[in-house]
Amino acid sequence: MFIFDTIAHRLKCGCQTMVWPNGPAPALPDRHGGALRVDATKCAEGCNACVPVCPTQAVTRPEGKAVALDLGRCLFCAACVEACPQGAITQTGDYRLAARRREDLVLGGPGLEETRLAAALDEKLRKLFGRSLRLRQVSAGGCAACEADTNVLTTIGWDLGRFGIQFVASPRHADGLLITGPVTQNMRLALEKTYAAVAAPKLVIAVGACAIAGGPFAGHPEVSDGAAAVVPVDLYIPGCPPHPMTILDGLLRLLGRLEGR
Amino acid sequence: MSTSTPFALLANASSVPWAEIPVWPAEEFVHATASELSRGARLCAWFGVPEGPGTRLVAVLAFDADNTLAVGRSEPFTGSYPSLTATHAQAHLFEREVWEQHGLTPAGHPWLKPVRRTAGNAPANGEFFRVGGPEVHEVAVGPVHAGIIEPGHFRFQCAGEEVMFLEIALGYQHRGIEEALAGGPHRATLSQMETVAGDTTIAHATAHATLMEALAGTEAPLRAQWLRAMALELERLANHTGDLGALAGDVAFLPTSSACGKIRGDFLNLTALICGNRFGRGLVRPGGCRHDLEPARAAQLLERLKKALADAEQAAGWFWDAASVRMRLEEVGIVFPAQAAEIGLVGPAARACGLVHDIRYDHPAGWHRFAQAPVAVWPSGDVFARARVRSLEIQRSGAYLCEQLTAPPDDGLRLELPPSAPDTFAAALVEGWRGEVCHFALTDEAGRFRRYKIIDPSFHNWMGLSLALRGTAISDFPICNKSFNLSYCGFDL
Repeated sequence: MFIFDTIAHRLKCGCQTMVWPNGPAPALPDRHGGALRVDATKCAEGCNACVPVCPTQAVTRPEGKAVALDLGRCLFCAACVEACPQGAITQTGDYRLAARRREDLVLGGPGLEETRLAAALDEKLRKLFGRSLRLRQVSAGGCAACEADTNVLTTIGWDLGRFGIQFVASPRHADGLLITGPVTQNMRLALEKTYAAVAAPKLVIAVGACAIAGGPFAGHPEVSDGAAAVVPVDLYIPGCPPHPMTILDGLLRLLGRLEGR
Repeated sequence: MSTSTPFALLANASSVPWAEIPVWPAEEFVHATASELSRGARLCAWFGVPEGPGTRLVAVLAFDADNTLAVGRSEPFTGSYPSLTATHAQAHLFEREVWEQHGLTPAGHPWLKPVRRTAGNAPANGEFFRVGGPEVHEVAVGPVHAGIIEPGHFRFQCAGEEVMFLEIALGYQHRGIEEALAGGPHRATLSQMETVAGDTTIAHATAHATLMEALAGTEAPLRAQWLRAMALELERLANHTGDLGALAGDVAFLPTSSACGKIRGDFLNLTALICGNRFGRGLVRPGGCRHDLEPARAAQLLERLKKALADAEQAAGWFWDAASVRMRLEEVGIVFPAQAAEIGLVGPAARACGLVHDIRYDHPAGWHRFAQAPVAVWPSGDVFARARVRSLEIQRSGAYLCEQLTAPPDDGLRLELPPSAPDTFAAALVEGWRGEVCHFALTDEAGRFRRYKIIDPSFHNWMGLSLALRGTAISDFPICNKSFNLSYCGFDL
């Protein structure tokens, strides 16, 4: 009988939600590699081995300048890490990646070796959204991977609801949008209308390389190279797709619930 | 059936010189294709190849019982040709697509309208089939949906609760993938192949890699083929488990719903154990695989897999044990076997109508030439059957993995591919978790892509959802939709 079975199962399993952020975060898979770090001082003169191997042209090294890695465009394939003879680009294993400003995702230069992690919202917005945030998700050319790893936050292992964050079925019920995909031309109008239907003040969160900069589709005439071309973006969460841990960290960071971490 | 056909025969994962593919004038080509379809061939692909001022039509047929594909083409032409759809409904969407992309008009097509619409022209702006009458009302849903899912537009014609007709308008996800492949492969090509449908990364990447290997006249090392097959089954396990959970959620059966949400993640994490990415990005590469599954890692994978399979078995057990669940699924959203064959359904949706098709079995390539799982079939064509087939496939994929993981071949992981042959046509089919993923390529005189055609199983199957809704209560749309769980971006490309 499933009734007794399921009750017994629940008693046996206990709470299946992770302890983080009140305890250690679950480990990323060892081959995931996490965030990247760029130490441009290690670059050899005239070397640009990392540039041609990048599928999305996230790595650039203009003549006479330091190497720059744009984590907004990055798919985290680590081809540049493998290609670099000097070990200038390395994987840190860190799941924290979200940034408030687009330029904070560009690594290189002195003092800019790592992502400048997202600052919390200002006092007024934190008061409004800090303990209750309702989001409408708009997939605008997303491939279903960013969507899946956002959706997983609502399952028992992550339990997004415990932070007061919830995905809702109407923009009228929402405090903001969570956008995935490069924003196809065919979704542009729908995205604009959805944004307009959310009451102000409102937040926009761009999840994944596509929503930040067009991802593997950057430059195609059928896409807009990311959400910022259509609506103002408040939080960028890089990855292809970002690990659920990266997304959750970004959301909580924005709400000021991870201060000092 | 015998495969004595005027079309050129072609096995899965192989190539044929373009010049050796027989050519017909357009009208005769349609007749030749129709006569092959009438004797049991299945239409895998029908697409245009521009040449000079005109366009050639190309048909790829599958003779499933004979384990072979066949390909034919027309002379280049402009204007119109007699519609194949008039006699063979499975061509309906292909002909609309060719009309939209190349302007060839299928004369006599019953419902000729764009498939995707491009350049910001919202698909819902088009004309829709309408039912008249005082009691009839229309319901429009989408493009933005209530959950965390991709966009599409559904237009229902209803009389009260009953859906008389559902028309599905897609194209919102169109990213221009096929257009971008011309002259390729390019630097971003592989990443684009991995995101054709992001939940089907392994199947699409494997089809692409296999195609590149066929064009180069070689194949990947066996160990890489084995690893691709293992990852393909992990992808199937994750998605099927997620689908069972979603169905359970939609009939308010929370034990299975919440358990499957977690177990799906456990399967995704097994893929991440192999390559770091939960969706298998970065694993499959033309010529082989980028990461290995060493013995210690394989042992860890097997141990975690067995635990997740046992959990899935238990969660599915509660689901099937509950009469209240079974009653919500039985005789809802029926697609009859004859309809399924007529519209060319593929994958679990076809197998849930009693059709025995499975690329792993009918057109084995890669590791599936050496080891196969039994095909899972259920006859009733309803939501129950589609859920049941998934449940069976979880068991069979699980057993297959447990058996195959213990005996990997040991011959290297990746080879450097020679250049692609010029003026050559190649085909690669992979049974993804939704059904057959087809990639076809034609190279130019320099061996670059002259035409690259992708057919996600969703391209065949959206019509199945439409048929399933006929005569069904509109309140049952969510479970019908979940029972198919089709890809929007895979369709829109």
